[in-house]
Amino acid sequence: MQLRELAHARSGDKGDTSNIGLIALKPEYYPLLVEHVTAARVKEHFRGICFGEVERFELPNLGALNFLLHESLDGGGTLSLKADAQGKTYSAALLRMEIDV
Amino acid sequence: MIRIANGQGFWGDSLEAPLEQIRRGPIDYLTLDYLAEITMSILQKQRARDPRTGYARDFVEMIGRGASDLQTKKIKVVANAGGVNPDACRDAVARALGAKGVKIAVVAGDDILGRLDEFDIGNDAIRPFVQSANVYFGAAPIADALNQGAQFVITGRCTDTGLVLGPMIHEFGWALNDWDRLAAGTIAGHTVECGAQCTGGNCQVDWQTIPNFADIGYPVIEAEPDGTFVVTKHPGTGGRVSVQSVKEQLLYELGDPRSYITPDCIADFTSIHLQPDGPDRVRFSGIHGHPATDSYKVSISYTAGFKAIGMLCYSWPDAYAKARKADEVLRQRLDRLGLHFDSIRSEFVGANACHGPLAGEPAPDIAEVALRVGVRGPDKADVERFTKELAPLALNGPPTVTGLGSGRPKVEEIVAYWPALIPKSSVQPVVSIVET
Repeated sequence: MQLRELAHARSGDKGDTSNIGLIALKPEYYPLLVEHVTAARVKEHFRGICFGEVERFELPNLGALNFLLHESLDGGGTLSLKADAQGKTYSAALLRMEIDV
Repeated sequence: MIRIANGQGFWGDSLEAPLEQIRRGPIDYLTLDYLAEITMSILQKQRARDPRTGYARDFVEMIGRGASDLQTKKIKVVANAGGVNPDACRDAVARALGAKGVKIAVVAGDDILGRLDEFDIGNDAIRPFVQSANVYFGAAPIADALNQGAQFVITGRCTDTGLVLGPMIHEFGWALNDWDRLAAGTIAGHTVECGAQCTGGNCQVDWQTIPNFADIGYPVIEAEPDGTFVVTKHPGTGGRVSVQSVKEQLLYELGDPRSYITPDCIADFTSIHLQPDGPDRVRFSGIHGHPATDSYKVSISYTAGFKAIGMLCYSWPDAYAKARKADEVLRQRLDRLGLHFDSIRSEFVGANACHGPLAGEPAPDIAEVALRVGVRGPDKADVERFTKELAPLALNGPPTVTGLGSGRPKVEEIVAYWPALIPKSSVQPVVSIVET
């Protein structure tokens, strides 16, 4: 199933790092996100976009995960030549992920 | 309980939002965030040309339009609109108000450009190119200014969260080591710092059903002395405040959620408890914080070469293939001209500019694709030359291209951003108050 059926998201930037907050649409979906949407899965999902490490943080109180995608914005800020220099659409890009549940 | 409104999420946000916040419902404080990371360097350049400028002029215009309501309702205003010239901003605000006996405070001392040599910034290579260097102060000097009776507080570089926490410290008499309450005020600030991004703007959940974007309400915090608060918006405005809209904003531009560091405290986002509290209301409680660090963050801007970005739009049939061919031809020509760039980037708008390889191959009958090419490099002349190589493709490259109406792309000098940390003991905020 596609992640968009389980979660919503928002993304932003800090320099050349983009962050994606992934939020369970229902509380019972949160454990599925924790199990399936690992940092390694996200790194693999964003190959060709993210060239650095992916870090994951858990916010069980919000039913959410926060990902940091390092080296993913072509230098970031004003240096970046990307149309999406701030990774604003990476939230939706993450929701393309297919997971087996 | 006090009501703290945000009326501006960044410089360039709605000009009407702050006035709507003043007029459409009760508020005690209006806060406005004008400074993005590179705004200071733009303002620095403006001041170099004209010493009376260097602050957010939109702010002064807003004050002029809202002056009578602000005065009648005794609303206090806290804004980081001072840029690199907060004194000039204060004088302009005083003129715009046109009233006597109003106390306007300035928080300055953040500009350390002249002293940057004293500090380890972790990147000596950029020193010759530095344009501006400003310390992010927090809520404490804002609270200090309010304690001295200011109705208007104008700061230079200052954290977005401090604009909201400052009034809470002042109103509730919170101690500057009451870490849980400081963290609560900080998280309140983070929630509203991007304006309507917590009230239904840019919200993915059921976005089609979010009411009346055209009249979207900006956020209002109802803050309690115990550190709990409600995020809401004025009745009758558009948008939606829900647990989901608020969660999205909480995660926006977040790093380690247990350690959200400001000059005032370290806030723990994993302690936040959210509860729906009626229509368009979300209640926050349970927030914990930790002691502040010994450092201030400094935002340094420096020039980093030049860039230009241009677009050409190709139509059906074979739109994507034509755009890719044009890209190939363009790169061959740039190569033949012997131009040197640090980076050339091609994206195909309509096919994969947002999601890159994740977007997959575009449909074979795709109606149109825009080739968007950007170059970046140290040599202005080379970047300039690139801008002259796009238009010829209309006549001497693949067919059915348009989108050249706006002329050659503009060459931009890149002003990049570098963050550094300095000891808090090395710099002091300076609060001054003038009565009109």
